[in-house]
Amino acid sequence: MEENDSHRAIEAIWRIESARLIGAIARIVRDAGLAEELAQDALVAALEQWPDSGIPRNPAAWLMTAAKHRALDHLRRNKRIQTKHEELGRDLEARQRMAAADLDDALDDDIGDNLLRLIFTACHPVLTPEARVALTLRLLGGLTTAEIARAFLVAEPALAQRIVRAKRTLTERQVPFEVPRGEELANRLSSVFEVIYLIFNEGYTATAGEDWMRVALCEDALRLGRMLASLAPDEPEVHGLAALMEIQASRSRARVSHLGEPILLLAQNRALWDQLLIHRGLAALERSLALGGARGRYTLQAAIAACHARARVAEETDWARIAALYAELAAVAPSPVVELNRAVAVSMASGPLAGLNLVDALLLEPSLENYHLLPSVRGDLLAKLGRLEEARIEFERAAALTGNLRERAFLVNRAKLMKIP
Amino acid sequence: MRFMMLMLPKGYENAAPGTLPDLKAIATMRKYNEDLGKAGVLLALDGVHPPSMGARVTFSGGKAQVTDGPFAEAKEVFGGFWILQVKSREEAIEWAMRCPASDNETIEIRQVIEFTDFPAEVQAEMQKAFGEPS
Repeated sequence: MEENDSHRAIEAIWRIESARLIGAIARIVRDAGLAEELAQDALVAALEQWPDSGIPRNPAAWLMTAAKHRALDHLRRNKRIQTKHEELGRDLEARQRMAAADLDDALDDDIGDNLLRLIFTACHPVLTPEARVALTLRLLGGLTTAEIARAFLVAEPALAQRIVRAKRTLTERQVPFEVPRGEELANRLSSVFEVIYLIFNEGYTATAGEDWMRVALCEDALRLGRMLASLAPDEPEVHGLAALMEIQASRSRARVSHLGEPILLLAQNRALWDQLLIHRGLAALERSLALGGARGRYTLQAAIAACHARARVAEETDWARIAALYAELAAVAPSPVVELNRAVAVSMASGPLAGLNLVDALLLEPSLENYHLLPSVRGDLLAKLGRLEEARIEFERAAALTGNLRERAFLVNRAKLMKIP
Repeated sequence: MRFMMLMLPKGYENAAPGTLPDLKAIATMRKYNEDLGKAGVLLALDGVHPPSMGARVTFSGGKAQVTDGPFAEAKEVFGGFWILQVKSREEAIEWAMRCPASDNETIEIRQVIEFTDFPAEVQAEMQKAFGEPS
């Protein structure tokens, strides 16, 4: 095997094994950051040895053994340091026996539990959102620092620093390597969802012409979401999030032109929507709904996305249902942006005037002051009502507010078209 | 990127109608499929009945002709497929290598053509054409 080929093969094995490896080692050393370094050491050993010796028959077991040895060495070294302190040096032998027993437990332990512990740790609220995202992709997505840096348009040393700081924070704050229980679970789960959805959206807003690493973030997020769905199958929102991402990803071929221009949902060629992903999304939504309970924000957004996915042509869209789902979403997760979306749905279901009344109620909303979609939506509704002069002003305002060049060109053009023929 | 893993079991080209894998093979394969699912890489999978239950439609001079299976000239036929979403060709190969397949089975790995593999003009044309249900 060529050296490059074997390096690529080892990278692929790492991608598959790293999370399980880090999870098992973290269970032993009780420190996710340290576990990642020990697992990395095992990878380095593989990269040194395998190109000559060939890839072992069971590379996963090889890496696990190598990482486990490093973890044990680390524990022994720590113990030696500890024995120098009298109060800790008493029953070294018993402790070592315990460590060995712990270790076997950890390795026999359900892989899934360790992965869950790892995901909760990487998404811990003591970390900044950026740190959670980077650490999740590193520890669970098997991405390299260079890959994450490229995907987020950050310099590699800066991203490496971000990860180092995140690991240090976890150690300093003594974040336990555990799955949270009871009341804490809901909060911690929502942090996990937030991180995965952030990763997804980072890829979703990247345009087709951009670096494929950015676009691939959607696939990384989907992979994490599917993984989480099999790790915590009793949580309705886990399936809601997976459903939302699957359905949104189903439109990726249709939603951006090859020039990077956005194609609006209603103008998309639905024949390009990926039916496999739609099918998977609808199935995940079914699972979420079947688990019952109050419908959360991801399940509701998935239900809205499903309304679009089920309509074979834009004219068949069930806008009344979408408007009702937005009202439910606004109750669960109130936000002016949700309210703006509800206004659009209401306008489609009950006419532009009904929508405009809802939009006008948002005009004094401070958080939307610089949000280009507010004047853009308002302009659209005014245009439908034949109030072209007012519409033109709104489109111009929207054009001035957007940071996206393609979108600005689109809005400037719409403003120009607002003339009485 | 997506890859299709095609399972090519030797002898399947001549298998009698209704031939199914034995229970033990199903159990080991189920574990493998679960692992693919847990890793978040599995998009779809299915098995297909042997060619003796199928047919071939061949085209010549604008005319279609139907031949019932089994097909005398077929040396290998596929018996099932998986569709995986992975980061690289090497990752697809690594997953295939972990399949608990038996001695007379081969897995062929083929990359799925993505929309963005087409030239820009073709993409634009496909996005324009309005999706009337066909």
